[in-house]
Amino acid sequence: MAAPELQVSPQAQMAETREPSREWRTFWRNPLAWAGVFGLVFIVLFSFVGPLVYHANDLAIHLNDALQPPSAQFPLGTDELGRNNLSRMMIGGQLSLEVGFAAALVSMVIGVVYGMISGYIGGFTDVLLMRIVDVLYSIPSLFFLLFIDSVFRPSAILLIFIIAVFSWFGVARLVRGQVLSLKSRDYVEAARALGAGNGRIMWRHLLPNVTGVVLVSTTLQVANAILTVAGLSFLGLGLPPPTPNWGQMLSDSMNYMFQNAWWLIYPPGFAILLVELCTNFIGVSLNQAYDPRLRK
Amino acid sequence: MFKYVLYRLIQAIPAMIGVTIIGFFLVHIVPGGPAQAMLGAKATPQKIAEIDRIYGLNKPIIVQYGIWMVQLLHGNLGTSYFYNESVWKLIRINMPRTLAIVGIGILLAHIGSVLLGSIQAYYKNSIFDYVATTITYFFYAMPFFWLGIIMIMFFSIDLSWFPSGGLSNPLNPNPGFGSWVAHTTLPVLTLVIGTIAQWAQYMRTSMDETLVQDYVRTARSKGVGEVRVVMVHALRNSILPLITLLGFALPSLFSGALFIEVVFNYPGMGLLFWNAALQRDYPTILGIVVLTGLLTIFGNLLADLLYGVIDPRIKYT
Repeated sequence: MAAPELQVSPQAQMAETREPSREWRTFWRNPLAWAGVFGLVFIVLFSFVGPLVYHANDLAIHLNDALQPPSAQFPLGTDELGRNNLSRMMIGGQLSLEVGFAAALVSMVIGVVYGMISGYIGGFTDVLLMRIVDVLYSIPSLFFLLFIDSVFRPSAILLIFIIAVFSWFGVARLVRGQVLSLKSRDYVEAARALGAGNGRIMWRHLLPNVTGVVLVSTTLQVANAILTVAGLSFLGLGLPPPTPNWGQMLSDSMNYMFQNAWWLIYPPGFAILLVELCTNFIGVSLNQAYDPRLRK
Repeated sequence: MFKYVLYRLIQAIPAMIGVTIIGFFLVHIVPGGPAQAMLGAKATPQKIAEIDRIYGLNKPIIVQYGIWMVQLLHGNLGTSYFYNESVWKLIRINMPRTLAIVGIGILLAHIGSVLLGSIQAYYKNSIFDYVATTITYFFYAMPFFWLGIIMIMFFSIDLSWFPSGGLSNPLNPNPGFGSWVAHTTLPVLTLVIGTIAQWAQYMRTSMDETLVQDYVRTARSKGVGEVRVVMVHALRNSILPLITLLGFALPSLFSGALFIEVVFNYPGMGLLFWNAALQRDYPTILGIVVLTGLLTIFGNLLADLLYGVIDPRIKYT
C-alpha cells in the first residue's frame, strides 16, 4: 500500500537534521556532568587500557614479596600471595564494570517492556502487573540474590541476569506511569487514526518520550548493580576466583586489617566509590536536564 | 481513619500471600537441595532420598507449599535443618538484635538528616552548604561494608576505643549494658552515617522549597524567631519526603544491616540468614524472607499513616 506523499516544508526538513537536543545541551552545561563523565572515562581507561600499558601479570605469585607495601616494583603493593595489586585492580575493574553495566542494561530492557505493556494495555492487566511489582518490591532482594548465589556460584553472564531480574521494578513503575499519561495524548490518537499498530505506537511514539526517565534510572541502576556485585563478592558469593573483582579484593583485604595493610583496603574501596560517585553525578545531571522543573 | 487502616490491611493480604508464594517457589526451584548441603561429600542417592523423605521434600511442590502455609498460619515457621531448633526461636533471639541497631540507626539518622538538611537549606549556597554536600555525596557513594572496615581500622585498631566486632566479650561471663553499648556503637554509627548521607539531600531540597512559601514569610513577619520558623513552621511540611523514604528504606536498611552484621560479626538476622543460605536451610531462609516482607509492607503502611498525622491536609477516606 502506497502511503500518500506528504509535502514537507523546508523548516520541517531543517528540524529533521538532528541537532544536539535541548536536553543534551543542558546536560553538557552542568559541571557535575563533566566531572561524572571524566571520572567514568578515567576508570574505564584504567581498567581496560591500563593493562595494555602496564604489563604485569595479575595472577603471578611472588611469595617472597607477600603483603609488601607500595614500592617501585609494585606501585600498589602486593597481596597475601605476592600478586601485583595494581594489575589486580585493573583486571578487577573490568569484571566489575562489565557486570554492572550489562546488568543495568538488561534490567532496563525488562523494565521498559514490562512497564510499557502494563501502562499501554491498562485495565485489569495493568492492575495485576502492578500488584506483582508491589509484591516483588516487598521482597528483600539481597536475601534472594545471596541465596541463589550460594547455590549456583554463578558465572559472570548468569550473575548479570540474576541481578537484572531483581532490579527492574523501579524502571517498570516509572515507564508505566509515563505511558499512562502519554497514551491519551492527541498525537498518539492521531497516529492511531493514521493506521499505526500497537507495536508501532509503542516503539515510535511512546518509547522516545520515556527516554528521559529511563536514562536517569538506568544510570543510577549501573551504580546499584556495581555495588551489588561488589557486595555479593564481599560476602564471598560473587564470581569464582581467580579472576579478581573489586568487591572480592575488599573482602580479602579484611583478613589483613590487623596487619594494617592499607594498600589492600583503600584502592578497591576508592575505585567502587569513584564509580558510584560518577554514575550518580551523571544520573543527577541527566535528571536535571530532562526534568523541565529542574532546568535552570 | 479506621476504615482506611482496615482497607490498607485488607490490601496487604494479597501482597503477603504473593511474598510467600514467590519466596517458597524461588527457594525450592533452585537445584541442589538441603540433603546435598548436609551430607556434602558423603551424599549418595539413597541418603539424599531418605533425608528428602524425612523433611517431606519428595512431595509435589504444591503440596509442600500447602503444608508450609498451613503451618505458617498457625504461627509455626518450621524447624531449622541446620540448628535443629525452631525457626521462630532463632528469629526471636536474633530479631531484637537487628531491630536494635536498625531502630536506633533509623532514629539517629532521621534526627541527623533533619538537622543537617535544614541547616544546609537555611544557609543555602554558603561554604558550609557546599562542604556538607560534598561530604554527604562522598559517604553516599561509599559501600556500607567498606565504611564498616574503615570504622574498624580507625576506631578499634588505631584508637582502640571500641571492640572490632561481636556482641560481647567472650572472656566476660556477665556482660552488662556498658558492654552492649560498646559493641553496638560502631555498627550503629556505620548505619547512621550511611543513611544520613542518603537522606540529608532530600531534606535539604524539601526544606529549601518550603522556606520560600508565603506562610513562612507570614510567620517571620509576625515576629516568630528564626529557630522556631525553621524547626516548627517549616519542618512539618518539609519532613514529608523523609517519611516516605522511611517506608521504602526498611528493606534497604535490612540489607545494609546484613553487610554490617557480616563486617562486625554481629549475630543478628543478617548473619543468621547468611549462614542459612550457605547451609541451604529452607525453613530459616523462608522464615526470614516472609518476616522481612511483612515488616516492609507494614513499614509502608506506617509511613502512609504517619503522613496523615504530620500533614492534616491529607484525609483518609
